[in-house]
Amino acid sequence: MRVLVWVRDAGWEACADAAAALDGDVTLATTEPDLDPPGGGLLGRHRPGPHHRDRVEAILAEAGAALLDAAAERIGRDVERAVLPGHPEHAVCDAAEAADVLVLSRDELDPGPRSLRPPTRFVVDHAPCAVLLVWPGEPPHGRPEPKPKPKPKPKP
Amino acid sequence: VIEVVAFAALVTALVAAVVRDPRVPEAAVALAGALLLVALGGLDWTATRDEARSLGPTLALLAALLVLGDGCERAGLFDALAERMAAASGGHARRLLALVFAAACAITAVLGLDATVVLLTPAAFAAASRARVPYSPHVYATNHLANSASLLLPVSNLTNLLAFGALGLSFAHFAALMALPWAVAIAIEWIVIGRHFGVALAQRGLTPHKRVTKSGAGDEPAGGGEAARGDRGGTAAGGGEAGGARGSALPRWPVAVLALTLAGFLAASAAGVDLAWPAAAGAAALVLPQRPRIRDVVYAADLPLLVFVLGLGLIVHALVAGSVGDTIADVLPSGDGLLALLGATAVAAVLANLLNNVPALLVLLPAAAAAGDPIVLAVLIGVNVGPNLTYTGSLATLLWRRVLRERGAEPLLGEFLRLGLLTVPATLAGATVALWLAVRAIG
Repeated sequence: MRVLVWVRDAGWEACADAAAALDGDVTLATTEPDLDPPGGGLLGRHRPGPHHRDRVEAILAEAGAALLDAAAERIGRDVERAVLPGHPEHAVCDAAEAADVLVLSRDELDPGPRSLRPPTRFVVDHAPCAVLLVWPGEPPHGRPEPKPKPKPKPKP
Repeated sequence: VIEVVAFAALVTALVAAVVRDPRVPEAAVALAGALLLVALGGLDWTATRDEARSLGPTLALLAALLVLGDGCERAGLFDALAERMAAASGGHARRLLALVFAAACAITAVLGLDATVVLLTPAAFAAASRARVPYSPHVYATNHLANSASLLLPVSNLTNLLAFGALGLSFAHFAALMALPWAVAIAIEWIVIGRHFGVALAQRGLTPHKRVTKSGAGDEPAGGGEAARGDRGGTAAGGGEAGGARGSALPRWPVAVLALTLAGFLAASAAGVDLAWPAAAGAAALVLPQRPRIRDVVYAADLPLLVFVLGLGLIVHALVAGSVGDTIADVLPSGDGLLALLGATAVAAVLANLLNNVPALLVLLPAAAAAGDPIVLAVLIGVNVGPNLTYTGSLATLLWRRVLRERGAEPLLGEFLRLGLLTVPATLAGATVALWLAVRAIG
């Protein structure tokens, strides 16, 4: 069985543990971090210079490699590693074409749809293979009471 | 007619700055607009010369600050900061957030918001990555604080620099009046970001890959408490790089230069010398020993930005000379009452989201200066904090995102707007009330 693990900075431990429990060839994959810059009124500024770009590239490469190392160490057997360039959600779905199972983590520990942020939701909805979705920590207990069915309106 | 042309020139220059097509640089568009206005008689030569002369020292100061920030990065200050923050956090996301807040406030105050967005954000990301905690709260924090924490000093934001010349305040007096609004803004950011990212920040101690605590993970009191999560004990020992990740000392020379430059600002202001001189001296003291290529220094000084701001200044000068200026003067409240200050902040924040911060300030400044120093400071709160609200206020920050990945990804607009909606109105109101108190207490 070919197992693809989407390793992200939150929840990678749970993904690694789930992958370790599966038989098969494991590939650990990271994607480009989603770093939305919300603030800053920087109208008209130019792109930072080449040495700044080199520094940022080095930081991102180091972060990605460290994450893959940590996950591989946690799984404790030989794994393949991949850095998927491009749009993260699409890159994972493309890579999952060659896998039998995709392992990924939810984003929040709150039960319900809010536990999946939009990128995770997209991958779950579009993955071309089976998906193993794990909680990033202790799974939440209890379920909300089902809502009572609305009573039919009495006919006049 | 002139006002229509001036408005069209302003909008065209702003669109060019947002689109950022290299074939149509925004500096050229803004300058062409200004020259068109001169040709049409909307700007006479004397007014053009006076405006350029008044903007000149401000732009020189901005260029010096940009070179200074670039020199600090070259000297390894931000990389060392990342390492120090990661080490001192001990793998606790919330502790790291506090350190990132402190760094962002200090860097924004002294080097300005550009340095925080462009130079400190990667450091915050690196620190989070090394401390093995989720990076999003920390990256959000630097980007938000670049705006909110830029209230303190005249050099913290280009808007402050532009307004400082119109204020009758010394450097120290400006800082004294803005200290309380600045502290309130930071406190509100801390509360909102802390709550919004509660789950990510609670995941402290999740298997630090390397031992990042300065004194070793063993005597970390929280280590035992976190064992209940079942994660820490298993792999913390596996990192095996106990010595390598100890926080290295911050490089001394850049820190000393920054401190001396700050002292230079205070001294220069007290002596009536232009602030550009200490900034230029600081930049020279830091950068010259590094023997960089001239090309790199010129690049860091961002000459196109200086030309762009000069062009905008001239266009806005023509725009507000006539009835538009009168309308703005009517809309903008005057006096130093609480309601007047809140009104000025609100007008400035709305305009900053429509036009971005620097054009909004340029448009409001003549009327605000006539309405008094407290109104100018309230306008600064609006144009500095306001851009955190929407993407139109901060579209240009996409530049650092573009550096990271040359792709057109759709941003998580919903999440960003939610965080902006949570922080900005509260910060605007809180900081303005604080300003009102400061004006009453200090005057």
